[in-house]
Amino acid sequence: MRRKAKRRTTDLVLTCVLAGITILFLIPIVFTICNSFMAASEITANYGVIFETGESGGKKFILETVNLKFIPDMVSFQQYITVLFKSPEYLLKFWNSVILVGPIVVFQLVVACLAAYGFTRYRGRLREIIFFVYIILMLMPYQVTLVPNFLVSQWLNLLDTNWAVWLPGIFSPYAVFLLTKYMRRIPAGILEAARIDGAGEWQIFKNVCMPLCKGAMGSVAILIFIDYWNMVEQPLILLSDPEKHPLSVFLSRINAGEIGLAFAVATIYMIPALLVFLYGEEYLVEGITYQGGIKA
Amino acid sequence: MSAFFLAPSVLGVALFFVLPFLVVIFYSVVNNPIQKRFVFLENFVRVFENTAFRLAAANTLKFSFVAVPLAVVLALTLAFVLERQIPFKSQFRTFILSPMMVPIASVVLIWQVLFHYNGVVNEFMVSLGGDKIDWFKSEHAQVVLVILFIWKNLGYNMILFMAAISSIPRDILEVAMLESATPRQLFFHIKMRYLSPTILFVTILSLINSFKVFREVYLLTGDYPFDSLYMLQHFMNNTFQSLDYQKLSAAAILMSLVMIVIIGGLFLIENYVGKDVEG
Repeated sequence: MRRKAKRRTTDLVLTCVLAGITILFLIPIVFTICNSFMAASEITANYGVIFETGESGGKKFILETVNLKFIPDMVSFQQYITVLFKSPEYLLKFWNSVILVGPIVVFQLVVACLAAYGFTRYRGRLREIIFFVYIILMLMPYQVTLVPNFLVSQWLNLLDTNWAVWLPGIFSPYAVFLLTKYMRRIPAGILEAARIDGAGEWQIFKNVCMPLCKGAMGSVAILIFIDYWNMVEQPLILLSDPEKHPLSVFLSRINAGEIGLAFAVATIYMIPALLVFLYGEEYLVEGITYQGGIKA
Repeated sequence: MSAFFLAPSVLGVALFFVLPFLVVIFYSVVNNPIQKRFVFLENFVRVFENTAFRLAAANTLKFSFVAVPLAVVLALTLAFVLERQIPFKSQFRTFILSPMMVPIASVVLIWQVLFHYNGVVNEFMVSLGGDKIDWFKSEHAQVVLVILFIWKNLGYNMILFMAAISSIPRDILEVAMLESATPRQLFFHIKMRYLSPTILFVTILSLINSFKVFREVYLLTGDYPFDSLYMLQHFMNNTFQSLDYQKLSAAAILMSLVMIVIIGGLFLIENYVGKDVEG
């Protein structure tokens, strides 16, 4: 009995510690959302000291210290109205993000499904070597892969166009790796049975393999989406025209005069990612676990 | 037939990654792309002698050296805690995972509010009787970065560990318990053994992610941050701007070599430690 009681106290303590950690983890997200409902003057008063450039102060009331607040003095949708209806540049940058990320998610998935099927159905020395090259490429940081990407885009005259970001993204080996790991777990007998029943290779792929991989494709799509929705390095190097930059880069350049808007823009940019998370958490968790172990 | 399925991907990877990488190797050993005079290691020496590169490499290594072990150990601890029967388990998992979804650009503002000189963290430190620290412009800047890194990556690593823990064979644990193994023995001789491939994998992933931390620094402080925050990707970006292909290529090759050595080393360790468990 005493042992059980002891275990219960440990669990209680652990739960409290976890609750503490969770609150710390949620603070940045919750603050950003709460602060997006503050009026511009309130934000300037509370945080102005951080973004003050010196001469821009003027007659505004700015507190000496940063005053972090959860609940606005007055809930206001002013920021959202300004962002959505009065200053089109933010919506434009948001649209840039959508345009850059959308095709990458869709086509990386298509290319990867085909390739993963190829790697699953046919094994041979050459294919194992190619797959190994994919793994190495996947593990290389941007500092390494961006140099080749940049050179190709330059030769093909793609620099400063969306293609420079799209194409390396679409052919990124990441999704191929994940889907191959998943497909190799499908019992070979299922695919073989379809072949014996007279299905062609394309039919097996389309009617047998793809339906089995629906969940996996959802997971992989989510992982690709998060990765690119958050991209910074690629646009900085491949798109020299700031007009083409996605919101993930542009947000950091919101200047002192517009910090009032920044929280609202930040929240708007978070929303698609949070929605995906809300509806796809199980897929996401599953997708992460496909990776458990590099060895194929 | 397999060629049909593999072709799009293999051609794309060849065109955008492999072939240009061969060109990068070529560029790294010639004097310039027009004359193409073979200079062997001269470009590498130039990169090594570059003070900005040294600073960037030292900072990146220092950061990875602290952030990666922390991210692995904390995630493993959390995964073990969440394995127990505690209330609100799945809620905890969700909340700890949620930062992974949030674009860094969206939370940069809050980070600036928290760690500003007159910010919340400093206020808190003063109220505890400590001194104010200029977080972004001092040696402590990397601390902020480590916190941001852990915040972003902990959930992801934790999920990987939770999956691995749940796949430890129950029967082996039960047999060990019947033979009156102590909890400590169970932990070190069985659980850790089965987890070793995952520990390796999470370490590699965290290492790669730690090389990506430029993103956070750039969004927080821009192109030219305080010295202790100058990362390898800053060096690359600024070299891109000057279009010095030789330097760029040599640096990229150096980095890929370092990555291959590190990853290869981790694989060797894992083979040595985990050779008797096949999982």
